[in-house]
Amino acid sequence: MSAGDGVSGVEGGAPAAFSRSEMMIVAAARELAGQRVCFVGVGLPNIAVNLAKRTVAPDLELVYEAGVFGARPARLPLSIGDPTIVTGATAVTSMFELFAFYLQGGLVDVGFLGAAQIDRFGNINTTVIGPYDHPTTRLPGSGGACEIAINARQVFVIMRQSRRSFVERIDFRTSPGNLGGGEASARIRREQGWLGRGPSVVVTDLGIWHFADDGEMRLDALHPGATLDQVRDTIGWQPRIADDLATTPPPTDEELRLIRVELDPAGAYTK
Amino acid sequence: MREAVAALVRDGDTVAIEGFTHLISFAAGHEIIRQGRRDLTLARLTPDVIYDQMVAAGVARKLVFSWLGNPGVGGLHAIRRVTEGDGATLELEEYSHFGMVARYTAGAANLPFFPLRSYFETDLPAANPLIRPIESPYGDGLVYAVPPLRPDVTIVHAQRASAAGDTQVWGLLGCQKEAAFAADRVIVVVEELVEEAVIRADPNRTILPGLVVDAVVVEPWGAHPSYVQGAYDRDNRFYLDWDPISRSVEATDAWLREWVYELDGRAAYVEKLGAERLASLRPSAAAPSGSVDYGEYR
Repeated sequence: MSAGDGVSGVEGGAPAAFSRSEMMIVAAARELAGQRVCFVGVGLPNIAVNLAKRTVAPDLELVYEAGVFGARPARLPLSIGDPTIVTGATAVTSMFELFAFYLQGGLVDVGFLGAAQIDRFGNINTTVIGPYDHPTTRLPGSGGACEIAINARQVFVIMRQSRRSFVERIDFRTSPGNLGGGEASARIRREQGWLGRGPSVVVTDLGIWHFADDGEMRLDALHPGATLDQVRDTIGWQPRIADDLATTPPPTDEELRLIRVELDPAGAYTK
Repeated sequence: MREAVAALVRDGDTVAIEGFTHLISFAAGHEIIRQGRRDLTLARLTPDVIYDQMVAAGVARKLVFSWLGNPGVGGLHAIRRVTEGDGATLELEEYSHFGMVARYTAGAANLPFFPLRSYFETDLPAANPLIRPIESPYGDGLVYAVPPLRPDVTIVHAQRASAAGDTQVWGLLGCQKEAAFAADRVIVVVEELVEEAVIRADPNRTILPGLVVDAVVVEPWGAHPSYVQGAYDRDNRFYLDWDPISRSVEATDAWLREWVYELDGRAAYVEKLGAERLASLRPSAAAPSGSVDYGEYR
C-alpha cells in the first residue's frame, strides 16, 4: 500500500498515522479477545493472531495447518510451514493428526480464512475465476480452507474490499459460509453435524462486518478515515449498514509498536 | 540419485514428492527432469515451485493436489499457463489438504476409501466426482469419502537415514509417512547417512523403516530452496525470484537449462549456489532438543 493510504487517528490526544493494513490487523486482533485456539494463516492473519496474543488474548494457542500446536514464532513466518513455528512449540503433529484430531475433533475455536471472492452470506471462493474447466484465473484452491470453514467453531475472514472480491455471486464455492441464508445454514449445519457455526466477522480495509441473524453480513464499524461511499463503491451488492454504525477505535501506540517493531519490522504486510 | 531415479521412476508413473513446505526433494525433481520422464501424474498437497519447474519441463500429464501456489509469494505461473483459458492442457484432480492426507492414509492402510467431515455444501465434489457423499453405516449421517492414493513412487527428503533406509525426521512431518507407506516404491533422500546405532538410539524419531524404502540417496542441500529443520532455512529469495522467471516461458527455459540440464547433479548445483548463499541459510543459532532416557531392559 502507498503512503497515501495512511490515515491519522487520535488516541490519547496524540495523532498516530497508520496504514489501512495496520488497521485491518489491529481490528482482527481485537476480535480474538477471549478466544483460546486459533488456526492461523500466513500474511495478515498471522500478524493479527500474534498481535492478539501479545494484547487481548495472551492465552491464545496458535495452530498451523502444517502440523503445529502451540507455536511461538520468533519471527514473522515466511510461509505456512516456516521452521520458526516449530522451534519452541508445544507440539508438532502429522498433518493427519492436525486435521483429524485437532480440527475435525472440534478443538479449534477460530479459523482464519482469506478469499478471492466472498458473497453477502460469507461463502468463499479461492478456486477459480470463470468456469471451472477453463477458468480465466486459476486460484490456489482449498488448501485446508474447506474443512476449516466446516469444522472450526467460527470463521474470521480478513480481506480487502473491491468490486472484484465482494460479489453478488461467487464463481465457485470452495468454503461454505452461511450458504443461502442464516436459517438454512443453521439447519444444514445441525442436520449434518458440522461443528462450525460459520463466519462471524469479516475485517476489511474499510470496516468490520458481522453477520445478522438472517446470515447476511452487516457493516458494524467503519475504520477511521473510511467512508460509506467507499464501502458502497467496493461491494457488488446493496450492503446492509448497522443503524448504530460505529467508528473503529484507531490503533493504539502500543499496537502499532508491536506490529512495527516485533511482528513485521520489514513492513512486508503492513506498509 | 541418477541410479535411483533411473531404476524407480518410469514414464506414466504417479509420483509423489511430499513434504509440506519442509523437506521438499528438489534434487529428485531436477533429476526426473534431466532424465526426461514423460506423462507423469504428479501428486502433492502443495505443488510448490518444484512441480512448477517439472510442469514447465514437460514431465507431467496431470496434477493431483490441494493447494496450488508459490507459498508466501503468489501463483505458479508455468502451471497457470497450462491450466487457464483455452490453452488448458494439464489435467487437474483437486482435493482439500485433509482430503489429500486422507487419500494417502487410505492408500497406506489398504482401505477402499477414507471418510471425512469436509466438502459439505461446496462445489468441490462437482469439480472432482471422486469426492463422494456416503451415509454412515451406523445411521448417524452423511460424510464425504475420498479414494486411496497409492503412488507408484513416493520421494521424501529427510535429515538422516541408515544405509538400510531407516529414516528419521524432525520438524514438520507433513504426510511423508502416509505417502511413503501408500507407495509401491520409495526413494529417501537425506542430508546425512548414519550408522544403524544412531537410529536405534532414538526410535521415536523414525518415520519410515528400511522395510518400505527402495533407495537411499545422500544429497546434502537436496531440499534447497525449501528447508531442513536444524540444517538450513528456506531460501526465500529463490521463491521470490521464481515469480518473475516463471512468468516468462523464455526465462523459465533458460533457468532450467542453467540450473538443471547443464548440471550433472546436486553437487554441481550446490557448488553453483556458492558458499556465501549457503552460509546465509544456516540457522541463526543452535536449538538442540533435550535428550531422553529410553532405559535398558534386559
